[in-house]
Amino acid sequence: MNKNYFRIIRAGINSTFQDLGRKNLYHIGIPFSGAMDNRNYLLVNKLTGNNYDHPVIEFAYQGPHLKYHGDKINVAITGDVNFKIKKDKNFIDGECYQSFILENNDELDIISTNKSVYGYLAISGKFDLKFQWSSCSINTKAKIGSNNGEKLFVDQKIDVKEINKNFTNKRLDYVNTKIENIRVIKGTNFDYFSKESKKFFFENEFKVSKLSDRMGMRLEGKKIENFFETNIRSEGLIKGVIQVPPDGNPIIMLSDHGTIGGYPKIGVVISADYDKLVQLTPGSSIKFQEVDLNSAETLFKLYDLETQNLISQI
Amino acid sequence: MIKNISNLGDAALYCDFGKEVNKEINTQVIRYFKTIQKKNIVGVNNITPSYNKLIVSFDLKKINFSELKKIIENIEIIKSDSVRNKKFEIPICCDKEFSLDIKRLEEKLKINEEKIFESFFEKEFFCYMTGFIAGMPFLGDLNENLRAKRLDTPRVKVPKGSIGLTEQFANIYTFESPGGWNIIGRTPLNIFDSSKESEPNLINPGDLVTFKRITKEKYQNYNE
Repeated sequence: MNKNYFRIIRAGINSTFQDLGRKNLYHIGIPFSGAMDNRNYLLVNKLTGNNYDHPVIEFAYQGPHLKYHGDKINVAITGDVNFKIKKDKNFIDGECYQSFILENNDELDIISTNKSVYGYLAISGKFDLKFQWSSCSINTKAKIGSNNGEKLFVDQKIDVKEINKNFTNKRLDYVNTKIENIRVIKGTNFDYFSKESKKFFFENEFKVSKLSDRMGMRLEGKKIENFFETNIRSEGLIKGVIQVPPDGNPIIMLSDHGTIGGYPKIGVVISADYDKLVQLTPGSSIKFQEVDLNSAETLFKLYDLETQNLISQI
Repeated sequence: MIKNISNLGDAALYCDFGKEVNKEINTQVIRYFKTIQKKNIVGVNNITPSYNKLIVSFDLKKINFSELKKIIENIEIIKSDSVRNKKFEIPICCDKEFSLDIKRLEEKLKINEEKIFESFFEKEFFCYMTGFIAGMPFLGDLNENLRAKRLDTPRVKVPKGSIGLTEQFANIYTFESPGGWNIIGRTPLNIFDSSKESEPNLINPGDLVTFKRITKEKYQNYNE
């Protein structure tokens, strides 16, 4: 029997185990999955002294409320998250980007993400998890990953099978910045759309719809008119692709997306902007800015350097 | 042969094999897929074959579009690796409660239910690709008289095992999922099994599939 474990008092809206996801399975219909916000995922693992492919708990909007039982353990939370630590009867305001210690009977109440969607909780040690295709990442639609492919649920026990006995406090001064524009490379069906729609796509704002999840982000705004063909032969998709179905409202493919789709691709979000894109909450405005492939590659190098730089500061 | 290679975003290659969809072109796509898979090119993290396109996505930290494009352009296709042709007979029940769109199809296609099923069950299908949801096979080609468009508004939930038709293709919903295809029946067979990691899909690209009609009683008592 495991003597160290978390008991879930409240599961939160969409709490799942995630890591770097799965590769080379698109051809059988299985997407990457993995942590939506890669930078915050890497940072939470560095703060707890883990490897970069270590399973963590990802939560959306409202996170889980957990009670810990066992030997003391170092944990950390990243994102823009409001949470409290309960020790005896005292509630302490938690701080993101800083490791802290939980002891037997302590509680961790992850109340909400602030003006963002996803946050991450890591422990300095290992959850006892089953892997599928060498990843713990839960894809609730395909019922794949740890926890039988289900999100975390109330009263569930999460066993901790290993604790790193290194309790040094690690921290990082970091503020999640908001993004003004999402940069996009023209899609392979860009010319399916009317001149006005193409212009509108890059000049006006869209709103993020409530119907957004780990699979996709739906946008609302003026309809994108398609004058050529509203369906294409079904073909492969990747994350970041912006498809426009016949109703004219764009959908951006996110980490759990269907691997094949039959709607025209108006654009693809550049890799450098993906982490910020996924953090946009329903109701947020979104504006697209066109960039070419060379700029996108340079912007990715900058994004990666910045991430490495943050990691090295911990 | 690949007619054109372009970039899909900054981390994927879009290989276009032309506009047509037929078994010969699709076999080419699958050959490329298998060759690239065997090559284990550093940075490539997914290869997605479809009817007449192949998308190769990669890790931008390890390789970029122009480097990968050069490799793919100069790749020597393994011809000996013939596309495998396993054969399957899939049992399906077409009782009213399972053939959700049969009435709509009668109207759209202007032929009656019996003719629809007759035309469907006489056919041997070729699996062009799998995907959208895990393990879903895209099977072609339907006889001309069965080709209909997708539903105007897709269903939020299509039941697991449903067989759908659209345009020249049939598919099988491997688990409950949203979808817009015209549903004509349901199979009790498990088409995708995530516990078999090395071979989770029953049907793979290149396989041949026929359907066999079963009664509701058989459907209910079906044991794999």
